[in-house]
Amino acid sequence: MSRMTTILLGTTVLGLSAAAAAAEGELNALVWCDHTDPGLIEPFEEEFGVKVNLREYEGTGAALALLEQSRPGDWDVLVIDGIDVFRAVDAGLLAPLPAEDLPTADFFPEVVMADNNVVDGVTYAVTEKFGYNTISYNSEKVDPADMESLATVWSDKYKGRISIYDYYLPVMGLAAIANGIDTAGIDSGSLETIGGTLSTLRGQAASVAGVVAAQTALATGEVDIVVGGGEWLTAVLAEEQPELTWTIPKEGAVRWAQSIGVLEASENKDMAMEFVKYITGPEGQARLATSSCFWGMPANAKAGEHLSDDQKAVLRWDSQTDYLARTQLYPAPDTDLDIEMQDLWLDTLQQ
Amino acid sequence: MSRPAPRLQGAGFVAPALLWTLAFFVVPFLVMGAMSLATLEGRTLVWGLSLANYTELTEKAYLWRAVMVSMEITLTVTVVSVVLAYPLAWIIAFRVPQRWQRLALLLAILPFWTSYVVRSYAWLLVLAREGVVNQTLMSLGLISEPVTLANTRFATVTGFVHFFVMLLTLTIYANLVQLSPNYRRAAMDLGASAFQTFRHVILPLTLPGIVTGAFLTFVLCIGDYVTPQILGGNTELTVPQVIMVQLGRRADFPLASALAIVLMAIVTLVYILSARWLRLDRI
Repeated sequence: MSRMTTILLGTTVLGLSAAAAAAEGELNALVWCDHTDPGLIEPFEEEFGVKVNLREYEGTGAALALLEQSRPGDWDVLVIDGIDVFRAVDAGLLAPLPAEDLPTADFFPEVVMADNNVVDGVTYAVTEKFGYNTISYNSEKVDPADMESLATVWSDKYKGRISIYDYYLPVMGLAAIANGIDTAGIDSGSLETIGGTLSTLRGQAASVAGVVAAQTALATGEVDIVVGGGEWLTAVLAEEQPELTWTIPKEGAVRWAQSIGVLEASENKDMAMEFVKYITGPEGQARLATSSCFWGMPANAKAGEHLSDDQKAVLRWDSQTDYLARTQLYPAPDTDLDIEMQDLWLDTLQQ
Repeated sequence: MSRPAPRLQGAGFVAPALLWTLAFFVVPFLVMGAMSLATLEGRTLVWGLSLANYTELTEKAYLWRAVMVSMEITLTVTVVSVVLAYPLAWIIAFRVPQRWQRLALLLAILPFWTSYVVRSYAWLLVLAREGVVNQTLMSLGLISEPVTLANTRFATVTGFVHFFVMLLTLTIYANLVQLSPNYRRAAMDLGASAFQTFRHVILPLTLPGIVTGAFLTFVLCIGDYVTPQILGGNTELTVPQVIMVQLGRRADFPLASALAIVLMAIVTLVYILSARWLRLDRI
């Protein structure tokens, strides 16, 4: 073997060893934007000496497609909509979690959501954060008393001053609640009624907007009400514009929840589990609740010990018992009903 | 050492471009075509030769409406952009002294230097109820209450036109400066008025620049997701927006692929029609 060949081989081996070492010290997580706050991730990286690589996604379909196209081991952790955990389990993507290591005993009981996170007695994910899709508004521009009833929210009085959050499941859930239909009871037969309410709402709205556009519209005065908004929309604006607030009307509202799990194909499951434990522990939960992308209630009630009074006030910490009792988890349709709901939503937008 | 045969040498030069096109256009296009003939049963992708995704266009009104909305917006943007860009390119080419033309072009394309997304959000603020446009109109006494400009088709078209006028100005300017001044002088010598010279000499000679720019505008506009999503306020949906909805939650790649193929078919058809109508081969 020539000297040059030896040098090249040696360099290659060294390079590969370094890459392997780097991979062992890394954790790859597919997450929502609230996990990208350095204030949340850096304490974990420092404690465990790992680099957490984060990739944001929007929409469970996009995440599942990405995972299916990735090589086994590319991803270690998945943050997913609570109602979609079963889809990831069906696809064989999530690994069982040791339930005894999870602090669910400290959780608000309503958000443990074993029906969603546990399949056939095996825990595959754990709730990490929740909040509400309800009514956000500018208290200086609308009568707060009007916001206490869904019927007056989308009445003629506020025509052209409303933006609808651009996600069909929570908004159709709100439309169902307005008609006295439980979100869990939505079926093909109830879609006509829900569609009627959606058309009315659409007729009164100036826009149908995603997160940033809805925040911009409310903050700039383009609209005064966001149907489907909540603390996740207005909390980050509260410091500069305290007039932007939210409420849960008398009919109730929709509750969202996100879960976190470890991927079955992960080659770094122990570290991934440590990450899950950190995120669901009191300190991680407080940081996640007040993440720079969007705020939301921590699933773990002990996070309250690490939140300031001001932060708790913005999150409406003291009202959670009442809010949890008056809200319903947003619709979790099966595939066929999901297609019908999406078609109805797109039909309504195109009217 | 003998030189390779000229034919082999030519193939060597062309091979990288061919391989690139094959790898990054032909193969992905074939995969997308095959995907559009597959179906999604539950959450399982079933490969086959089904036309179900294409027949949905006739069964679901919102899909067909999205095609119409995309066409209407794209045609409006293309026409308005050409009408605005031509005089601008003309002024830069023939009215601005040559030593200032580079600076004028630089200023014309300056907005290209900002992010596309940032520019769209900036337009949203400009067109808002309390934005610059409404404030100006109200201070001039032209309106008494703010008018709705943001979250409308007008806003989408405005955002697009702002972008594409710059692109078209460049393509038309490049064409105009290549024209020999002798063409205009000859037309004038033969008694043509300034308008007749433009109508019968300059315009036909600058059609390649216009068509090239207009076609690029059409292609980029009909496939754009960002501008209608930010400025249109989802008051109506274009085909790219509907494609994103199909992918976002349900990962319905077969239907999304079928819609993408429909977009490509429209672009191809428009190219063929415009090329024939303008008889580009004779220019």
